[in-house]
Amino acid sequence: MTRHPTRNPFTHSETAAVGVSVEGLSKSFGRFEVLKNITFAVPPGEIFVLMGPSGSGKSVLLKQIVGLERPSAGRVTVDGRDAASETTRGQVRMALVFQSGALFNSLSVYDNLALYPREHQIADEAAIREKVMRALQILSLEGTANQSPSELSGGMKKRVAIARGLVMEPQLMLYDEPTSELDPVMSATIAEIIATLKEEYHVTSIVVSHDRELALGIADRVGILMGGELVSLGTPAELRNPPDPRVAEFLNPKIDLQHPRFKKLET
Amino acid sequence: MNQLTAILEGIGSTVQLLFRAASYTPTLWRQRARFIEQCFLIGYTTLPIVAILSFFIGSVLALQAGYSMSNFGAKQFIGSLVGLSMARELGPVMAAILLAGRVGSAIAAELASMKVYQEIDALETMDIPPARMLVLPRLAAVLVMMPVLAIIADLVGWFGGALISKYTQSIAIEPEAYFSVLRRFMEFKDVLNGLIKAEVFGFAIVLVSCNIGLSTRGGPREIGAAVTKAVVTSLIMILVLDYFVTKALMHLQS
Ligand SMILES: Nc1ncnc2c1ncn2[C@@H]1O[C@H](COP(=O)(O)OP(=O)(O)O)[C@@H](O)[C@H]1O
Ligand SMILES: [Mg+2]
Repeated sequence: MTRHPTRNPFTHSETAAVGVSVEGLSKSFGRFEVLKNITFAVPPGEIFVLMGPSGSGKSVLLKQIVGLERPSAGRVTVDGRDAASETTRGQVRMALVFQSGALFNSLSVYDNLALYPREHQIADEAAIREKVMRALQILSLEGTANQSPSELSGGMKKRVAIARGLVMEPQLMLYDEPTSELDPVMSATIAEIIATLKEEYHVTSIVVSHDRELALGIADRVGILMGGELVSLGTPAELRNPPDPRVAEFLNPKIDLQHPRFKKLET
Repeated sequence: MNQLTAILEGIGSTVQLLFRAASYTPTLWRQRARFIEQCFLIGYTTLPIVAILSFFIGSVLALQAGYSMSNFGAKQFIGSLVGLSMARELGPVMAAILLAGRVGSAIAAELASMKVYQEIDALETMDIPPARMLVLPRLAAVLVMMPVLAIIADLVGWFGGALISKYTQSIAIEPEAYFSVLRRFMEFKDVLNGLIKAEVFGFAIVLVSCNIGLSTRGGPREIGAAVTKAVVTSLIMILVLDYFVTKALMHLQS
């Protein structure tokens, strides 16, 4: 994998990496239990990829980690602080790339990216401009700076959302299916960004993805969520021969390691 | 029972939102661009229609007053009746009702759609409190604009009354006479009274509409429901508050 560390503008000082710990987490909506007693920990600086069929509760889990929703039982801590507490967001910089992008529709792409540094008065307009334009450039979005989010395609929105996260210079970055609407080259770029953030800036990343290549390529560990339970947790190497038949089927509906589908598609 | 808890919950979250927004008041100066934008929005959506409707309200007041007062030869007092009714009651209430329809509904729609499309969640993860960025500038703007709207409603209403009084054959009172009676029987405190009422209505409408927008749950269909709820709640609030504020102001001034 090629990386471009010199192009990385995200963090100028060494950020303290933060760990995430999920202990006995359950979440119900009414009588419907979406997450069932989930326990895992992501050490500082790790890339943790979370996979699982749609509807298995991955997005709900991410919302628990950033503290948008309170757990029904159990606890989530980020850097040792309770994720559900409002003060945690002031103390730990977390960025969540929403599955839908969640861009501010009334603001231009540029203003979407500039909002965080402006509101937190982190830099003057000139410095913000530089940061924003570099983040846009990395995601090949320079041309869209003055466009409104409603004028963008789904994949472009997702890239803007990622760029908006990068401008925040987060200590913990969470991605909800970041590559689901992107072409292969752009997907690879995202994978490179995630890996670079880890290597150079010790950013902790939690990535929800169906992208096996991304998972196996950059993950330190992979967790698999099925029906609200964490059914597998291990390194990418361990995932190549999962003991659990459900996991094996999910990862390889028809296992054919000699002629993988994605290779056929590429030629 | 469910209805009652929902209403109490609504009141609770509205008060909470008020305190939150108020706690960010020191940030208002650096948010002045948003504040000014909201002032313009309130101004250009509401002013024209306030002017038009107040004109007709003033006119119809003069007509009705002319009809009933000429029975006992008191039609020269039309000016004071139109003047006081507009200033103390109809100016502020009309302005508030139109604010609810144009601004309250727009606020509820905008914030509800931001909520439904997770923009509010995004703000929260960015540690940008919605109460600071979205609510405070709107509350400040309505406090500045509401007296303007009410004064314009008063002036246009008085003018409409004067015009009708002159050109209706059964009334036929010259504007000079109309306005001199209006001035003689009205004090500054009557106008002030109305402005205070307008201020209370406007503030309540914007606060409640913000809270309803931000409390939206579920899918896009809920955006429409939020708008309806904001307008209906605002109208009920105007009429209920009207009684109590009027009562309180009378009490204070006696
Ligand atoms: N706010 C909510 N209210 C009720 N049910 C919800 C809510 N959010 C998510 N769910 C349910 O939780 C389950 C998991 O959702 P989600 O985490 O979005 O799945 P995914 O793994 O595809 O991201 C789904 O069945 C969804 O319907
Ligand atoms: Mg999801």
